[in-house]
Amino acid sequence: MPTVLILGAGSDMAVAIARQFASNKFDIQLAARNVASLSALEQDLQIRYGVTASSHTFDATDFTGHAAFYTALPQPPDVTISVFGYLGSQERGQSDWNEAARILHTNYTGAVSVLNIIADEYAARGAGTIVGISSVAGERGRLSNYLYGSAKAGFTAYLSGLRNRLAHKGVHVLTVKPGFVYTRMTENMKTPAPLTAQPQDVAKDIYNAVKAKKNVIYTRWFWRYIMLIIKSIPEGIFKKLKL
Amino acid sequence: MEKRLANWGNYPAMSCDETTFSQEEQVQDFISTHSSVIARGNGRCYGDASLAQHSVSTLKYDKVLAFDTTNGVFECQSGITLDQILDIIVPQGWFLPVTPGTKFITVGGAVASDVHGKNHHVDGSFSGHIIDMDVITGNKETITCSASIHPDLFWATCGGMGLTGIITRVRFGLKKINTAYIRQKQIKAQNLEDLIRLFEEYKDYTYSMAWIDCLQKGDSFGRGILIVGEHATPEELNEQQRKAPLQLAAKRKLSVPFNLPSFVLNTLTVKAFNWLYYLKNTKREINNIIPYEPFFYPLDAILHWNRGYGKAGFVQYQFVLPLEKKEGLIAILQKISDAGLGSFLAVLKIFGKQDSLISFPMEGYTLALDFPVRKGLFEFLDKLDEIVLQYGGRLYLSKDARMKQEVFWQSYPNAQKFADIIKTYNGTKLFRSVQSDRLLLTE
Repeated sequence: MPTVLILGAGSDMAVAIARQFASNKFDIQLAARNVASLSALEQDLQIRYGVTASSHTFDATDFTGHAAFYTALPQPPDVTISVFGYLGSQERGQSDWNEAARILHTNYTGAVSVLNIIADEYAARGAGTIVGISSVAGERGRLSNYLYGSAKAGFTAYLSGLRNRLAHKGVHVLTVKPGFVYTRMTENMKTPAPLTAQPQDVAKDIYNAVKAKKNVIYTRWFWRYIMLIIKSIPEGIFKKLKL
Repeated sequence: MEKRLANWGNYPAMSCDETTFSQEEQVQDFISTHSSVIARGNGRCYGDASLAQHSVSTLKYDKVLAFDTTNGVFECQSGITLDQILDIIVPQGWFLPVTPGTKFITVGGAVASDVHGKNHHVDGSFSGHIIDMDVITGNKETITCSASIHPDLFWATCGGMGLTGIITRVRFGLKKINTAYIRQKQIKAQNLEDLIRLFEEYKDYTYSMAWIDCLQKGDSFGRGILIVGEHATPEELNEQQRKAPLQLAAKRKLSVPFNLPSFVLNTLTVKAFNWLYYLKNTKREINNIIPYEPFFYPLDAILHWNRGYGKAGFVQYQFVLPLEKKEGLIAILQKISDAGLGSFLAVLKIFGKQDSLISFPMEGYTLALDFPVRKGLFEFLDKLDEIVLQYGGRLYLSKDARMKQEVFWQSYPNAQKFADIIKTYNGTKLFRSVQSDRLLLTE
């Protein structure tokens, strides 16, 4: 059975992705900072879907530990999905460097650090799929979340370059740009209901995009058009909006 | 997040601040920073039992923790719904020990309502099958309880509407099955007397319930259809079914996409529906083998069927009367018929003995009726309450949205004991709902 590694397995989005792949008979490797928090999900996946699941300690900002983390996995995964992220507080991050650094390091530097290692291994193997969960917030900086958005913008550019490099090695790289999703991360935000997806819908989109070897997807699909509009607003007008 | 919430009856609806959790620490954090909260599952109780200013949704706390396929023991977090459990256990030859008429409820909700099914007279209610469970109580401590460990907490939690705390984990026993099919028998009854006689005659069947046409008068007063069933054996299946006796084909679901105008369900249309439903069984008795889903969950096939009652919503009125007081059934049905307030759905069932603290069932007959919310309805239901009290019966808290507090205190013999246990485990009234305030359990 193929194996999928989920980096940042504690989030609502990760649970939905793990179940989606497990229901399609993928074995699952769960990785998160607090490994004890994964044991219920590990049992759940094995009982519901009859697959093998394992849990591993992984800290996105512990850059020096990433190589050891990857080589310690029971087997190299066929698919790696980087789900971890940290929305943080834009307001606090503007004046508190610790908060800003945490946002940048979790969403960008940490992802680059671990995916560099996995990309090398996949390139050497000449196979594998890397999925990066970026965000529509990375498409254009806005006053309400530009720290998070700029880190995701960096991550999107990284994935694009990685895809270019690995395309020559038979390795597939998928960039995922979710819009609003009902998760704990957005629980305290007022998001418009018709535009807000369930994590299961996003997980289905991701699974289908991996199968179809898509390069970049928006999820739900209509975010492609919403972002097209947002990106086309002239800067002179955009800077005066409160977005 | 602040949102407008209502339970299945769409009445009452109110603005609630709801949060979710997928780890126990998250819910601990939430209750530590709030002075009142109620746990909420899939919102399939009908009234206000899981409504409050602050609620914690258990739906993301939904992991399966263990499934012993040899002995039929299932352990899970409280937010998993019964339909997910069935998908896991049925292919392995196991079934829920007790299930209500919808599979879209959480395990936590099944415990908090101590749900009953068509097999109550044989297997009792859900609480009788619980091995143990965890509850986060008022002092933010997680306590494991069972019929022998902290029995006071256990019995006040079963049917306790979430007032002892937040149920987080449940371990319960399953029922062995050999097929995913039911051998069903439907028998027409010409009137209520005939129907009650049939209940007696078929009481050895594991599953039984009856549908009643409550708009009939005279000789046909209380006519209906008794439906009984047993889990089918492989020998009873046809060749096609026998190839995979524990698998059911996936079916498309219908949905009511929006609230229908409230005039859609009026006396005439209800009359027409009931008339057709009764006449579709052209023979007095029908025997067949059907998948378990339409037998246990006929209404689940139409998602959002509650929208059929319109925006104002509806209340479900479910009461039980002691076995020897069945004349009370006649008195109540008579009143409904006289008032012309036909219920689209009227379901009659027999309960066996029940030995618990605050659960709804008692040995006797239980009738469930739907009434769209309209002017004069609540006054009418208050009159029905008087009849229920007069005959020594009581109302189901999971369906209730409007009962006066004195009706509750007079009809539940252990109400005071229940209130005392709530004081022990929820002394600061951390866990409270609109219903518990209305019934003066947390006021």
